[in-house]
Formats: sequence, structure tokens, C-alpha cells
Amino acid sequence: MTAMSLLSVDSLTVKLPVAGEMRTVLKDVSFELEPGKALGLVGESGSGKSMTVRTIARLLPPGADVTGHVRFDGTEVFDLRGEALRKYRAGDVSMIFQDARAHTNPVRRIGDFLTEALCTNQRMPKKQAEARAVELLAEVGIHNPEQRLRQYPHELSGGLLQRVMIAAAVAVKPRLILADEPTTALDVTTQAEVMVILKRMQSEYGMAMLFITHDLELASSVCDDTIVFYAGQVVERQQASRLHRDPLHPYTAALVRARPEIERRAGRLPALPGHPTTAYEAPDGCAFAPRCAFAQDACRVSVPPLLRIGEQGDSRCVRMPELHGSLLAAAGTTQEVTP
Amino acid sequence: MSAQDAAPASTTTPKPAPRGESGKAVAKFVAQRVAGLLATLFVASLVVFGSLYLAPGNPLTFLTHGRSMTPDAITQLKAQYHLDDPLWMQYLRWLGGVLHGDFGTSIIYNQPVGALLETRMQSTLLLVVMAAVMVLVFGLAIGVFAGLKPGFLSRSVMAVATATMAVPTFVAAVILILVFAVNLGWFPVFGAGSPGLDAVYHMVLPALGLALASVAFVARLSQAAIRQELSSDHVQTAISRGLARRFIVRRHVIRNAAMPVLTVAGLTIAGLIAGSVVVEQVFQLGGFGQFLVSSVQQKDFPVVQAICMVYVASFIVLNTVIDLLYSLLDPRVSLGRTAS
Repeated sequence: MTAMSLLSVDSLTVKLPVAGEMRTVLKDVSFELEPGKALGLVGESGSGKSMTVRTIARLLPPGADVTGHVRFDGTEVFDLRGEALRKYRAGDVSMIFQDARAHTNPVRRIGDFLTEALCTNQRMPKKQAEARAVELLAEVGIHNPEQRLRQYPHELSGGLLQRVMIAAAVAVKPRLILADEPTTALDVTTQAEVMVILKRMQSEYGMAMLFITHDLELASSVCDDTIVFYAGQVVERQQASRLHRDPLHPYTAALVRARPEIERRAGRLPALPGHPTTAYEAPDGCAFAPRCAFAQDACRVSVPPLLRIGEQGDSRCVRMPELHGSLLAAAGTTQEVTP
Repeated sequence: MSAQDAAPASTTTPKPAPRGESGKAVAKFVAQRVAGLLATLFVASLVVFGSLYLAPGNPLTFLTHGRSMTPDAITQLKAQYHLDDPLWMQYLRWLGGVLHGDFGTSIIYNQPVGALLETRMQSTLLLVVMAAVMVLVFGLAIGVFAGLKPGFLSRSVMAVATATMAVPTFVAAVILILVFAVNLGWFPVFGAGSPGLDAVYHMVLPALGLALASVAFVARLSQAAIRQELSSDHVQTAISRGLARRFIVRRHVIRNAAMPVLTVAGLTIAGLIAGSVVVEQVFQLGGFGQFLVSSVQQKDFPVVQAICMVYVASFIVLNTVIDLLYSLLDPRVSLGRTAS
């Protein structure tokens, strides 16, 4: 826990009530984020990426059981109540949601959406807030911003609406942006445009960002560091640009191999055997062991700790010291699937 | 390649907002609705007029009160009421009269139907308006409270509402009379009272009886709508922006929840018109409903036709008003577009 970090998540475990019992969705998640840096969260659906971000924004459903710490600039986020919590949400963190259409009120104008936080939280006069909204829309590359302010969400395309969402999130100049798959619902060309805008805004405003994505390439181009989630746990953390060249966990390696590359012609892509596990269903020992080509008996005994692998990063694989560097080379070998 | 580069922001080109055309769109929408209203009224008039002649019984029997009369007298009666004309001619004559505000002459009272209805209109109007106000005020208040403050109290209120919805109007009316008029003596047992405050006082129990099931229905409906909006994604956005709950409720929950509630509440209020027939009978209010029942029994065709037309017309007008309100509330419903 360095004094430098803006956000520090420490041994975070979250359980949610599902059908009358508490189910673990996050298990012992720890990471830090420095001011102005971008951290990518990758992993498959249900691996806990979104839940992590929601926990940080204090948007968990009622009845959630949280242990561990989330500290923002030294303040314990789960101690915040009432006005302090509102201030934290209003000024410190901003969330960008995946589905911009569902996350904007269909009966309110774009202008209302952009100015409401400024007018109510920062007590900015309406005129001034509107001028600021026009500026912001121009910054995210939207033409005729004055006219857009008078339109309703349904009159805008998905890509445009997501830009509005980004503008709204940035409007309050937060110190941390939580982007929950902001481009997944968009088509590929729009995705690229929106991504460029988001990245530019993030560095111009000097905001830190947690960026959730399924796309390893995207994470590597946008983020400084990437952490990989599996079954509610962090299984790997390292520099985003090295992740897909030199993965530190068999799961990440399998993800990398299951992805086509532009430079190389691929035949059948190797799929990961078995199916994703949630934290709740995870077996004893390493959660990934049942699907892992490198699993040994030792893997199934106890949950492996997050190991430091030299200066490169962290890995939750006990065999990493011996396997390091050879994970992708093993691509050709057939995988033994333990039933 | 170059063409694509030339227009990189094609998705950002704004559609011109139809500012100047919005007035025209409203006029077109209203015109369409009025045309639809007239067409529906026309069809309704055919049905109302025709179905009475298909019903068993003959107005002549009632005109003569069962007495035997001379053929001359019968011919004269038939001529006076045009009973020998073909059906379509009778219909056209009636329609022509209606268009001039003349609903014909009552067979039983031998007075213009218009005048007969006028004296009875007040109590029916008062009954339906009071019941509608109760439905909106109590239904919405209970529903909004239960939706915003979940807990034991809300659950109990909703359970009572569900039970109340199942009580038919005539049962509710009788129970109300028994408790509040007979046992407690707070309200009169029956009658419409003299005009003014006395009429309102006399109308409290009937309106309550008429409104009760609808109050429960609207309460349940608005509770469900509020719950749904509270858990919607856009409200989560508002929460994530640190907006105050009161602000979120006012700005993002109530208005959005109003849309489904308005549609169904409007139809429910229109349905009160039908329910008023039963309540007027139970409380002996001497309004349209009671008049309708006695006129049907006496085969007083002109009166039955007139009352049915008034009911149908008010139902349709209410529906049109709801449609207009709905398009004001929801920007996604374009006025210019025909409802499909």
C-alpha cells in the first residue's frame, strides 16, 4: 500500500444474497491504482470485473456482504454515509455504463442529462452548465452540440449516446473513471472512435481509469496495467502491453491463444475446455485447475497465493516460476482435460 | 478509402429537428383523433340503434300499456312514432335529430329525451367525477407511498388493495351503506340530495363504492411502476452521479412511472361510467344509470339510445384525452405518427 495510490482495494470479498443464500462473487481481490493511470480489468462474464467496479462505486444491491477494504485517497469508501457518500459519487468517481441507452432517462433531454449533476451537485447556474455541456459535447466530437442538447436519447445513435455518456462522466472532473465495457454494445468502427475519445479525455483531464473489457488487445492499447479475473479472483496482474506476449497465468495464456491474430493465418482456434466457473462454484484449490492443461495434484489442494513474478507482475499459479515464458510455446500441445 | 476519410463523422451529422413542423403535427394528430372519434361514434350509433330493434318486445305494447285499442288509434300511434317506416329510415331520422341535438321523444314520458337527460345529468356527472378524483388521489398516493417506502406497512397496504380489487361494486356499495349509513349514521342511505354541498355529501358513499376497486387497482399499478423505475438502469446512473434521492425520485422516477399508470388509470376512470349504472341503482341517485335501467325495462327506445350514445361518447373522448396526454409525457411517442 503505497502512499501514492489513489485507489486501493485490499482483500475485498463480496457475497450477494441469491435465492436465500449468500454467494461469493469476489474473493480476496487486491489491487492499487495510481492517479492518472489506467488499469484494465479483463475476464469472462461473471468473473467479477463488473462487481469490483460496482463495489468501488458503492452500487451493490441491498443485502450485499462486503469484507476487506476499498480506500479512495486514503478514505475508507465503505465508511461513507449520506452526504459524504453523495460527495464521493458526485465528485470523485464517475461511472460509464455499457448500455448507454438503458442508462439514460428516455423522457429527459440530452441537455438535462448533461447538466443535472452540474446544476444540483455543484450549484452551477443553468446557463453556465449548458455552456459547459456544449463544450463537452464538442470535446467528444459531437457536431451541432447546441441542437443535441434539445434532443432526446432515442434520437441519437448508440455511438453518439455513449459519447454523451462519456461527456457526462467527465463533466464533473472526477479523479477516477469507472468504465464498464463502454464500447461492447457498439459496432466495431464506432468502438474505435469512442475508445479514442475516452482515452484522450482520460489523459487530458488526468483522470485515473478502471477499464473493463473482454478485449485483451483493447486493454493493452488503452491501459497501463491489466489484471485478469477468473471466478471472482485476480489471477494475474502485469503491464498491459506485455500481457498478451508473455502471460503469467495459464488462463491468460489460453485466452490469448483463443484469439485470432491479424498477422497470422489461423486454422481452428484452440478453445478453452470446460466452461467458466463463478466464485461460488469454484472448487477447492486453484479455481482454474479443472480446465488447466498444466494442473497437477498440488493445484487442487489449496488456493494458490498471488505470487510476485520478478519485476514483471503477479500470478496466482503455483507452477508459474517453472512455467514462466513457456505458456504460449505450449500452444501446439493437446490439452488434457481432467474430468 | 478517400470517401470514407472525407466523412469520418457521418454518424454525428444531426438530423434537423422538426421545430416548425411540431405545430402542424399536433394539429394533424388532433384531426386524426377527432376523425377516429366520429367514426367510432357512427359505428356505435348503428350498434346501439340496431340492437334495440333486435331485442324481443315491441314499443307498441308499452305505448298502449297492454290495453286493446282501435285499429285507427294504433295506426295513429304508429304514424306518430314512425314505427312503420323501414329500419334504415328510422335510423336516418334518428341520426339527423341527434346531429341537431334532438334525441327524440320519450315513449313513456312523452317528453323530449334531451330535457329528461338534462335533469338527470348532474348526479351522474358528480358521481363519476368524484369517483375519478378519489381514484386518482387515493390510488396514486397509496401506490407512490408503497412504491417508495417498501416495508411491512407497504406490504400490508398492498395486500388489502389486492383483496379490495376482488370486491364487486354492488357488494362494496351495500357494505358501505351498512357500515357508514345504517350503523354509524354518518352518511345518508340513499338519494342524491339537493343541489350544492348537500349533493356532494350525498354522493360520498356512492362515489366511494364506485371508486374502491379502481383505487386499489391504480394503487397496485403505480406501486409496481415506481418499483420498476427505481430499479431501472437510468436511475442507477443517477445514483452513481451522487444525486439526492429526493431529486432522483422527482425527476427520474415519478415522471417515468406516470406513463404506464396514466394509460391504465385513464381506462379505469372511463370504466367508472359503466360502473355508475350499478351504483346509481343501489343508492337510488336518479341519474343516467338508473334511468337507463328503467328505460330498458320499459322499452323506452329513444332514451336508451340517447344514454348509450352519451356513455360511448364520453368513453371515447376520455380515451382521446389520454392519448394526447401520453404523447405529451413520452417524447418517444411522436404525435405525427399514427398509432399502430
